[in-house]
Amino acid sequence: MNKKNKNNFTNDQLLKFYEKMFLIRKFEEKAAQLYGAGKIGGFCHLYIGQEAVVIGILSSINSEDTVITAYRDHGHILARGVDPKLVMAELTGRKDGISKGKGGSMHMFSKANRFYGGHGIVGAQVPLGVGIGFAHKYRNEKKISRVYLGDGAMSNGQVFEAFNLASLWELPVLFIIENNKYGMGTSIGRSAAGGELYERATVFGIKGEKVDGMNFFDVSESAIRAREYIEKNSKPYIIEMDTYRFRGHSMSDPGLYRTKDEVNKMKEIDPVLMMKETLLNDYKIQEDTIKDIESDIKKQIKDVEKFSLESPLPDLKELYTEVYL
Amino acid sequence: MKILLPALSPTMETGNLVKWLVKEGDSVVSGDILAEIETDKATMELESPDDGKVEKILVKEGTENISVNTEIALLKVDGEEIEEITEKPIEKSPQVSSNDSEPLSSEVNISMNSLLNQSKENSGGKNWSEKEISMREALNQAIEEEMKLDKDVFLLGEEVAEYDGAYKVTQGLLDKFGSKRVLDTPISEHGFTGLAIGAAMAGLKPICEFMTFNFSMQAIDQIVNSAAKSLYMSGGEINVPIVFRGPNGAAARVGAQHSQCFISWFSHIPGLIVIAPSNARDAKGLLKSSIRNPNPVVFLEHELLYKEKTNVPEENDFLIPIGKGNLIKEGKDVTIIGFSMTVQRILNALPSIEKLGISPDIIDLRSIKPLDEELIYNSVKKTNRAVIVEDGFGSTSFGSHLSYLIQSNCFDFLDSEIIKVSGKDVPMPYAENLEKLALPNTDEIVSAVKKVSYIN
Repeated sequence: MNKKNKNNFTNDQLLKFYEKMFLIRKFEEKAAQLYGAGKIGGFCHLYIGQEAVVIGILSSINSEDTVITAYRDHGHILARGVDPKLVMAELTGRKDGISKGKGGSMHMFSKANRFYGGHGIVGAQVPLGVGIGFAHKYRNEKKISRVYLGDGAMSNGQVFEAFNLASLWELPVLFIIENNKYGMGTSIGRSAAGGELYERATVFGIKGEKVDGMNFFDVSESAIRAREYIEKNSKPYIIEMDTYRFRGHSMSDPGLYRTKDEVNKMKEIDPVLMMKETLLNDYKIQEDTIKDIESDIKKQIKDVEKFSLESPLPDLKELYTEVYL
Repeated sequence: MKILLPALSPTMETGNLVKWLVKEGDSVVSGDILAEIETDKATMELESPDDGKVEKILVKEGTENISVNTEIALLKVDGEEIEEITEKPIEKSPQVSSNDSEPLSSEVNISMNSLLNQSKENSGGKNWSEKEISMREALNQAIEEEMKLDKDVFLLGEEVAEYDGAYKVTQGLLDKFGSKRVLDTPISEHGFTGLAIGAAMAGLKPICEFMTFNFSMQAIDQIVNSAAKSLYMSGGEINVPIVFRGPNGAAARVGAQHSQCFISWFSHIPGLIVIAPSNARDAKGLLKSSIRNPNPVVFLEHELLYKEKTNVPEENDFLIPIGKGNLIKEGKDVTIIGFSMTVQRILNALPSIEKLGISPDIIDLRSIKPLDEELIYNSVKKTNRAVIVEDGFGSTSFGSHLSYLIQSNCFDFLDSEIIKVSGKDVPMPYAENLEKLALPNTDEIVSAVKKVSYIN
């Protein structure tokens, strides 16, 4: 596969992006295992299959930029550079979790890493993210608020209110639709009328585009284009990512709404494998170099697992802390 | 034809004649502007109801506090005989039975102002420079002072800027702070509330106005799930320093969808602070404290109290602490607990209660969550009796919870059942008599006091 690299990333940079994608993949596979073993409870929504989206966007991010997303957030907080140990310990509900074990899979935050969650109500993160963009503009900060939403949220009323406000007040917001084709078990064909999802924002005067979300290079190019547009015009922008989740909506999803054939077909364009192939074939990176990275990540995940299981449960007195500041 | 001072808003009782735009002898056609009238909310134009000639101006411009339905001018309508002009008496709307007529305390003998002056708690041990102003002005002052002190504070909501506020609370703030800090929003509560919460997560301190709290229902998911819970579920990482404010409860005959008290709803939620002031002084001190508070605060005002005046300190550092109630009248026989508008209802009932020889402790809670439990229990332990007055629906209400708290904390001290006087469990009716019946009234409060005192 001949992949373009219009953004002139160095091989080292590309390897870093690959490393992040591989980390998310292995982290999520471990999370699935731990869920199966009863070590992770509740809802657990895995990011497997969508890694090119978050890392492609990451390649365009200024470290000061802020990010907010919904409940499928493990990949996002890892991409933002939060220690995977703290993330896994949150999944296992332990004292050392990033939210001290009080948030869980869907509720993780890190101000230091400019990650604002981690929100469990479909669509609710979109006005919040627009508000973060409002704060950037209010303070004359040269930051962009990056707001992720799923295809399901694109039929939620407050999302349109947020589009209107972002465009009306010319806020520095990049909306990223992760269209993985299903809102839980309902396909977009059964939930969304009309044409492309991103076009629903264009009626508010928001420019946008649709991109192959399985391809890191396409995502990255589009994200950089979006950043330049927002910086130049001080207006929001929207990208629809054509992507797919290889696992169920959550760990308790039997997946009866789609065929095995469909899933297997999508796995042929696995974003992590495609990235790896490109690095090997088009960038002539040595296989050993990649193998070293992969084995380091696998080792790291073992440590992450150990940490997340050894960290103690939260103190019982934590029940009543942090209700008020 | 008589020109009467019209009611130009649901709560208008009097108006000021700012300016006549016609003089005696002028010919006018229907729709011509005759005068400018200042209401409790805005300055409005009075139009001529018919074609004719201005016969006589009866009320001079500059006159204040003219009652609604006062004759202010005579119009000679073409074809109408002069005799007819004075023939018709002013038609009065049928009066609701006198017992149900509930004047605010300023119109009865007990004034909120005198009670506040006596109240030790309110002086805070300091000699403030005070001025008598309305709650509307007090809220406006609080916002202005805090916006001057902290550039992270901004105000958004429907009609808060160019329109000067639907209830005039935000009057003049756009001119003072500009459109970057005073923002008119689209009619889009779910969206702008979420936006305001997001801005607060990123460190700003929004004041999010709901034109009335009825409209906050459009945004209740954002208030409950995003504002109230974020601090906890982020393990202390994300706080939401925001104030949601606006009028709450029943105003005057605005019907079921615009007349609901949401105190029970918001006070149910851990993570929210809930405030409900009864007077101008508390409103200012508590709103300032709310804006400075790092948590989400639901600040419930009452439209009928906006025009009520008390002495209010003018100093920047005048604050009333959140979580402190106020014993506004000290007695010994029964504890009567209210907040917001119900404090006025209790004061209206006070003369009848005192006539029975009963001297009550009257507690104005001011802060619903957190609740000043110590003040309540100390009073009930002294009086051994408690009556709770709330405007909200009675079932599953804040008052029900408060009565549970009192019985579980003061069980051995109680000499009687606790009675709560609540709003009736019906959507608010429009008709004047039914609306009055739906809200707690003097008779119900007096009966409750008699019952807990075993007086027939």
